[in-house]
Amino acid sequence: MKAIENVSRRGFLKAVGIASGSFVLGIKLPLAHAKTSLKSTFHQLNFFVSIANDSTVTLVCHRSEMGQGIRTSVPQIIAEELEANWQQVNVVQAKADTKYGSQGTGGSASIRNHFTSIRQIGAVARHMLEQAAANIWQVELNAVKAQQHFVVHTATGEKISFGELASHAAKLTPPENDKVKLKNNADFSLIGKDVELVDLDDIVAGKATYAQDIQLPNMLIATIVRPPVVGGKVASFDATQALKIKGVVDVIQLKERPLPLTINPLSGVAVLANNTWAALEGRKRLKIKWLHGDKQSHNSKEFSKKLALQVQTKGEKVALKGNVYNHQYHEENTVEATYTVPYIHHASMETPAATAVVEGNKCTIWAGTQNPQWAQRNVARELGLSKNELDNIELNVTLMGGAFGRKSKADFIVEAVELAKASKRPVKVIWSREDDTQHGFYHSISANYCKAELTKNGSADHWISRNAYPPISWLWNTNAKTPSDNQLALGFGDIPFALNNLSIEKHAVDSFVRPGWVRSVACINNGFALGSFVDELAVKAKLTTRQMWLNLLGDDRHVDPKKYGFNYSNYNLDLNAHPIDTKRMKDLINLISDKANVDEKLPDNQGWGISFLRSFGSFVAAASKVEVSNNKVKVLAMHTAVDCGIVVTPDRVKAQMEGAMIFGLSIALMNEISVVDGQVQQSNFHDYPVARLNQMPELFVHIVDSNAPPGGIGEPGVPPVVPSITNAIYHASKTRIRDLPVNKVFSI
Amino acid sequence: MIKITLNQKVIKLDVDPQMPLLYALRDELKLTGTKFGCGAGQCGACTVQVNGKAMRSCVLPISAIAEQEVTTIEGLTNTAGQIGESAVQLAWREFKVPQCGYCQSGQMMSADALLKAIPQPSDEQIIEHMQGNICRCGTYKRIKAAIKSAAEKSTNNVAGISIDNVRQLSNEKQGA
Repeated sequence: MKAIENVSRRGFLKAVGIASGSFVLGIKLPLAHAKTSLKSTFHQLNFFVSIANDSTVTLVCHRSEMGQGIRTSVPQIIAEELEANWQQVNVVQAKADTKYGSQGTGGSASIRNHFTSIRQIGAVARHMLEQAAANIWQVELNAVKAQQHFVVHTATGEKISFGELASHAAKLTPPENDKVKLKNNADFSLIGKDVELVDLDDIVAGKATYAQDIQLPNMLIATIVRPPVVGGKVASFDATQALKIKGVVDVIQLKERPLPLTINPLSGVAVLANNTWAALEGRKRLKIKWLHGDKQSHNSKEFSKKLALQVQTKGEKVALKGNVYNHQYHEENTVEATYTVPYIHHASMETPAATAVVEGNKCTIWAGTQNPQWAQRNVARELGLSKNELDNIELNVTLMGGAFGRKSKADFIVEAVELAKASKRPVKVIWSREDDTQHGFYHSISANYCKAELTKNGSADHWISRNAYPPISWLWNTNAKTPSDNQLALGFGDIPFALNNLSIEKHAVDSFVRPGWVRSVACINNGFALGSFVDELAVKAKLTTRQMWLNLLGDDRHVDPKKYGFNYSNYNLDLNAHPIDTKRMKDLINLISDKANVDEKLPDNQGWGISFLRSFGSFVAAASKVEVSNNKVKVLAMHTAVDCGIVVTPDRVKAQMEGAMIFGLSIALMNEISVVDGQVQQSNFHDYPVARLNQMPELFVHIVDSNAPPGGIGEPGVPPVVPSITNAIYHASKTRIRDLPVNKVFSI
Repeated sequence: MIKITLNQKVIKLDVDPQMPLLYALRDELKLTGTKFGCGAGQCGACTVQVNGKAMRSCVLPISAIAEQEVTTIEGLTNTAGQIGESAVQLAWREFKVPQCGYCQSGQMMSADALLKAIPQPSDEQIIEHMQGNICRCGTYKRIKAAIKSAAEKSTNNVAGISIDNVRQLSNEKQGA
């Protein structure tokens, strides 16, 4: 199993003046690492599957790798249906191209939304190989069967290799994707198994190529000083001193971009140099005067207080069942709480980077992007190309050194294109850590409010949920004040409890910084509020948190939020195939409680906390054990239990859960972006800390065996982790954390 | 012109003496296995070894390491001198440590330096030594397990274990 990087269009590169063969240092040349001879001829069966005469199978991975293992899992699914031997499979990364269908890698969607269509890709190719063999033997199709890289004549046991069949198969008309028969789940030999990871060897050898690693002859390195306040502009600048630095080639002001921001660059002033050091030294000597614009009125601390007050008032209806406002709440049985979460940043280890070459109306790009086609369309707009001219833009997708949602936005890619066009040389734009921290697309600052009254049977009713936060849609529509229904579906409008009276409401909010999707998106704040509030209800009712969850969830059933008036999209999944299943929820809550042994007797200063959220089609419960002593919180152990339906690559599911616990730990304990006078205050890891090895608790992952259709895995681990920690802190200290992060109250 | 020994070869660098080693490696020598993470010595993604000790190359001027021996991920070897076969790298494969992989060159360079200094580190020593290396994917559990395993195997003198054996082990263990 070997990885091959993007196959480049050598002819085009020649045309733009870059000699093929030596055009990229550090980027492997086409097929250089294939397990087949370069002389072997490949036969393409469809856009994703090619087979060489020597039987080497080359599979295209059309989705982007950011650490989730998708460059293993997608080919693994295709190889499963193809009946290919994993040892004879190579993987090629797709460029941006609509022929591959969706390439947008976000929302934990790759497998949950595309499992069947990816299987069909392999099944179609398998069918063609079987048909080719049947033709050779002059038998019916059902007399042959693909098996481990051969097609076998079932009656005689005779077999022909994929390599021998490839040229015949490639001449056949492929069957319709939805007409081919898929394997029975029971016959899976690769899905559900831990195969060799496609990129592991290259990463361990230091040979894996990320966007930051691209090197082209004659390339300039660009670093950009962006307006400190969103919507700000350059009033004037003086580049005299910067240009004196040896190696600095040019200083270019980027064009101003009007609101709405969309995913455009933020403008600013770029220093272009022959090497990174010269660019950074030049940048230090730039003198820029800014016009900050009206967003300089923003102060996040005050804004958070404002949101918290806002959610304590009645909002706009999202969903309604029964009546909560005519009800007389009894104080002794009522719990009311407001929770706040600050702006949160992705802080991927690899800051954004992109390299571009522009020649006439053609462009070649190397970038780590979660959404290659969206980036391609934005580059087309930048270059004044029409939708029919997307082929002029060759976008090569590199590995991403983390992304967490940040690299779905193409601003940094358009920056590279703008500067490559202006400088007429290949340009690599690199973001410093400070650039990344201060000019992000942040998880929105938020407030959530919950109120409910306990019932006599140990549950609750007359439930009110409200939230207020700057919506992501503001990027495209500056009049947007409330989240879309799609956003409200993230752990807010889909409350699964057996309630007779329920009001879900949202509030209108102004926006001041760029909002974005951060791993699990609004499930971060909605999951924190829900998970905390159930714990608060349990405390009030003097029940265990497990029991309160079970009581609130009630009977085994499938919940349909449409029945109480919420326009529920279920993460674009069919609600029948992917139901809100209270039995699966209760099973998980019991599983996590038992596995973590949360009812164990603990010292007074220790406590267990649990929580749960179904998100992105998967069910995840979390349990955390903490100790609080001398005003210091230490998380001792964390568990997650996940029911994500069919598992493709078990070890990567486990890895995502381990990572989600650490990511959630950072959110709970220490992540906060604060804004003063419209400017982000943090700059690097010293003031935007993330979890380190010395803060790692013991970690345990429990994966439920399931035959249900697959759910997502990159994000769903995060939401229950955060409240499991703050609930544990309550049980260890009787201090309730309603405002994240924990380090506002405790040392960590 | 500054002379250093890089991955056992003597090289001369004609760059600004104040240029941090990281940019000389990446921009001038095209050795991109060493990564930029923070530019301030805070995250460890750029870790290399200077005379066997872990150093943050993003804040290490070339002038400070004249005549010194520098090792990057591209030059990391086992005791027999085989590149890419260090005990730490074998363990990293066995435990399938990386997710996105970006910080892992730095993690492995730190871990290898730890084992050079302390062949059998305690948990506390591992934590102390490795807490300067951030992994945002959160692979810490496996990093710790891989270091312990590499240390154990060095004692048992099976550091020369072949990649195929490691693969087999890896598939049996399914990670950490």
